[in-house]
Amino acid sequence: MLGFIMKRIFTMVIMILLVSTMIFFLFRTMPGDPTAFIVDPSIPKEARDQLLERYGLNDSLWKQYTIFLKDLVRLDFGNSFFYGRPVTVIIKDLIPATLILMFTAMLFAYIIGILGGAWMAWKRGTKLESFGITISLIFRSAPSFWVGLMMILIFAVRLKWFPGQGMRTSGYTGETFREIFLTLDFLKHLILPSIVAGLYFVATPLLIMRNSMLEVLSEDYIEMAHAKGLKESKILYRHAARNALLPVITAGALFIGSAMGGLVLIEYVFSWPGLGREIQRAVVRHDYPLAQGAFIIIASLVMFMNLVADVLYVILDPRISYK
Amino acid sequence: MSKTVVSTSIKSFFTSKKNSQGFFPVFINNLKRDKLALIGVILLIFFIGVGIFADFIAPYEPRERHYNEEGKIRRLEAPSKDHWFGTTDVGRDIFSQVVLGTKTALTVGILAALLVTLVGATVGIIAGYSGGVVDAVLMRIVDFFYAIPFIPFVIILSAVLKPSIWNIILAVSLLSWRTVARLVRSQVLSIAKRPFIKAAKVAGASHSRIMVKYILPNVIPLILLEMAFMVNFAIMAEASIAFLGFGDPQKPSWGQILHINFVTGNSRSAWWWTATPGLAIVLLLLSIFFITRALEEVVDPRLRRR
Repeated sequence: MLGFIMKRIFTMVIMILLVSTMIFFLFRTMPGDPTAFIVDPSIPKEARDQLLERYGLNDSLWKQYTIFLKDLVRLDFGNSFFYGRPVTVIIKDLIPATLILMFTAMLFAYIIGILGGAWMAWKRGTKLESFGITISLIFRSAPSFWVGLMMILIFAVRLKWFPGQGMRTSGYTGETFREIFLTLDFLKHLILPSIVAGLYFVATPLLIMRNSMLEVLSEDYIEMAHAKGLKESKILYRHAARNALLPVITAGALFIGSAMGGLVLIEYVFSWPGLGREIQRAVVRHDYPLAQGAFIIIASLVMFMNLVADVLYVILDPRISYK
Repeated sequence: MSKTVVSTSIKSFFTSKKNSQGFFPVFINNLKRDKLALIGVILLIFFIGVGIFADFIAPYEPRERHYNEEGKIRRLEAPSKDHWFGTTDVGRDIFSQVVLGTKTALTVGILAALLVTLVGATVGIIAGYSGGVVDAVLMRIVDFFYAIPFIPFVIILSAVLKPSIWNIILAVSLLSWRTVARLVRSQVLSIAKRPFIKAAKVAGASHSRIMVKYILPNVIPLILLEMAFMVNFAIMAEASIAFLGFGDPQKPSWGQILHINFVTGNSRSAWWWTATPGLAIVLLLLSIFFITRALEEVVDPRLRRR
């Protein structure tokens, strides 16, 4: 088991290095002045030359690359042009907001998806099932950002039930983690974006759970449970659903990557101060160190969560060998 | 491996009379039973019609400003007889923009899907058939592309490249072929073990001939299904990129309409401006989803209802 985890961590580190390398060369081989991506072109020439020297931009590409790798290991992505602060510090403040939104939405999607999927498998072939499938397909066909816009229009502007913007009421300042995230105000702001993200995520666990349930329901032990005269709901949730969960979890692993992408859009719509909104703003502001750093962190987060899901899968299913 | 081999093998696949369960007969049969799939086909034909004739259907120029009788700009007017979907904050006709957006969405969707399935299927067939080192190397490349989060990567790419629909098609293709490659490969792995492939090898058929003439026809249903999913994915991707403000400024698109709507702050009040392009996206994607469900039953006979 430990060997398996070590091997997976090793592959992950290699992948992070490869993805970072790709981003490094993508920025350096672009047309125009590549130094514009490291040193703000608008600052005075002497200061600029000094910075170019400091970042080693007068050196060969290979030497620059080795410096980049060294900085990467130390998690040093340089200074943001816009904020004038180290990229690492800015990103560190954004990660909790993104993760909290993501996990709340995932939790919402998985609870509804698993219960609903099991129920749909039970009702297979009926009108209710086609209705359920159609609804979930509608939410998958609807762009998350558009659902967000409509939700803000209806629930925040017209009905005024929830705030539709940001993470807390303007004017509120909190310093510590507790002051920012453990407040009623924050929870109110969390509701709409996590419902929108959850609705967007829900189709995947729902449909996979349904298919996997259909397979499990034809197994002998389900027939046995029927023969014993157990209640339907008990067979459904106690006997069948537990065994149908595995594929839902594996699919979840691959799904996290696309979920992160969808989250960028939801953060943007709700002005949620997370990594996704910041990477969009960084590119619009030509703040390349921040964009590069945020991208590498997002990619690493996705890979790390895939690793967690892989390990979970092995722990949950004793039939899988982890060699 | 000539072009004619490909075309005849594909033709024989579509017109296959050998078994009554050919690809299209089953699909048409499904349409008769599956009302949702039928609705999907009708909707898709409608959208394709709108896309092709967009320039004739759109009543106005998308950027034209409209004035009322008193010579004032028709700012943020709700839907009316003159402007079916209302007007924008600078008096532009939203209906015309949505109609022209159909063209962009379909162009991106279809071209990207073709490119993705072409690359993905080629890689998948070669990896699955060759096995060994070739397979291992190709699959590691696939793994690498799986590690890149899509939307953040496209945002970065749009910083490096100029915004244009061609670059969006490129970005979508670059990151999506992996899915098709992986699926096709796993199916090829099982096909390559079947006796008729061995027979072909013994008879002296070249590798390329086996891949094109014997393996390809067997994976075409899967490829078509994936292509349909990719059309949806590409349309959604284009809309998302344009919504974030990295779209092609020259081409009116649904995402771009929503971007301007959002950035100018009118998404909070002008419901007609927010709702209509989004509904267009939902209906187009839904129609393709309904069709893919019928396609899936053809590809996977276990899903067929008795």
